[in-house]
Amino acid sequence: MRHLANGLPPLLFAAALLGIWYLVAEFRLVSPIFLPAPERAFGDLAARFADGTIWEPIGSTVLRMVLGWFLASLVGIALGAAIGLTPLARDLLEPTLEFLRPLPASAMIPVAILFFGLSEQMAVSVIAFGSIWPVLMSSIFGFSHVRVRLQEVSALLGLGRMEFLRKIAIPSAMPDILAGMRSGLAVSLILAVVTEMQASLPGLGRDIFLAQRSFRSTELYAGLIMLGVLGVLINHGLHIAERRLLRWRPQRD
Amino acid sequence: MGRVWRGALLPILVLLTWEVAARSGLLLYDSLSYPSAIFRAGLGAIADGSILLATWQTCQAALLGLAIGTFAGVLLGSVLGLWSSMARMAGPTFDALRAIPAVALMPLALLMFGWGLSMEACTVAYACTWPVLIATWAAVRGVETRLLEVADVLEMGFGERLRKIVLPAAFARINVGIRIALGVALVVAVTVEIAVNPRGLGYSLVLAQQSLKADLMYAQILWLALIGFLLNAALRTVEAPGTTARPR
Repeated sequence: MRHLANGLPPLLFAAALLGIWYLVAEFRLVSPIFLPAPERAFGDLAARFADGTIWEPIGSTVLRMVLGWFLASLVGIALGAAIGLTPLARDLLEPTLEFLRPLPASAMIPVAILFFGLSEQMAVSVIAFGSIWPVLMSSIFGFSHVRVRLQEVSALLGLGRMEFLRKIAIPSAMPDILAGMRSGLAVSLILAVVTEMQASLPGLGRDIFLAQRSFRSTELYAGLIMLGVLGVLINHGLHIAERRLLRWRPQRD
Repeated sequence: MGRVWRGALLPILVLLTWEVAARSGLLLYDSLSYPSAIFRAGLGAIADGSILLATWQTCQAALLGLAIGTFAGVLLGSVLGLWSSMARMAGPTFDALRAIPAVALMPLALLMFGWGLSMEACTVAYACTWPVLIATWAAVRGVETRLLEVADVLEMGFGERLRKIVLPAAFARINVGIRIALGVALVVAVTVEIAVNPRGLGYSLVLAQQSLKADLMYAQILWLALIGFLLNAALRTVEAPGTTARPR
């Protein structure tokens, strides 16, 4: 019962916003070309769920995003381990990476187009370039902050390099790596949408773009709502996954 | 000194191999160009002012968007921070809105404003609002209750309370949010230009690629990286005095 009472005010607030939207659209305060009535936007979304046509763009956007993110995570963790654990690699690589990091990932789109054309590879490579930074930065931090005591233990036990990595370094850097991967996924959704618009690859981003080009604002808003929902779901899903993966660790907050 | 040299080793090696491989015809000139040509193209773009004009256009949109986003973020964040019941009510809705990638709003902004400064600034503003909002929210919640009680006793209105008590007390932490938003602003502005808006650095980048001027394209990317790098460095140097401005 208490739970219900706590959940009510947020719902009321959201409902109030929707109500304002409804009234603005109803009294034509803003032209319906720019702002369709909420029931039409949500109706369009519901219709696309009902006939199943929404799944295809969602599927391709999510697939592209996950592929780029996965690639970025692999490379990011490997590079992060190298830089975090060996001072030589840090000296060699870090200045270059520091120079490249502030570069907006979307600036790599023209380069990727030159190399791969308007293709899936181009999208995945741009997504990977953009979402590697959070993973890389937090992996470097995680691997370079393995407790000295643990390093001494592994030296005492005579663990080899691989064993040290697998049994001590990776588990100890895991919380940082996962946090970085979570921010990386958010970036990859953004870049998936941008590359779709730019290269006209099938997906939610292109659908929104095409809806705008042909002034179908209902579809545009339906797509925006869908992207928002997708963003919330991804973030929540990762929170849950993170908690499960780190169950072995005492909670500190 | 040894560290600096080792850090420069990789870029120098890459540039040299690139130059040699490109000149000997091992690499495709069309997509890779070569470092000396890129350098020349960059100098040319600076000399004829085109890259400076584009940079100005991008910065203009980024800063205008940042200003609007900061205003909205500080206002909304203060409201949420001062009334916790409001935060409970509006929090989930803001979380949902925040999850919409700003770039997804490009088509909407384009629909409303058409091409130009306003649609770009508008998209940037949306993206900048969130970091400022969250920082302000946290900062205002952290303002000492005693100060708020003083405001109660003096019977200050909302505007006065915000101007005289809350914002000065929370300024240092709000500043952190604004700095994050500045980085976001540049990224979003360039992205909008690359995807839809025909102005600024992003667009000239696309233009160079489409007219197969790979050298100019790389020169512009390096320029962009340099701007981002300098911006980051500048933000890091103001960080220290910003956090210690007031006695604790």
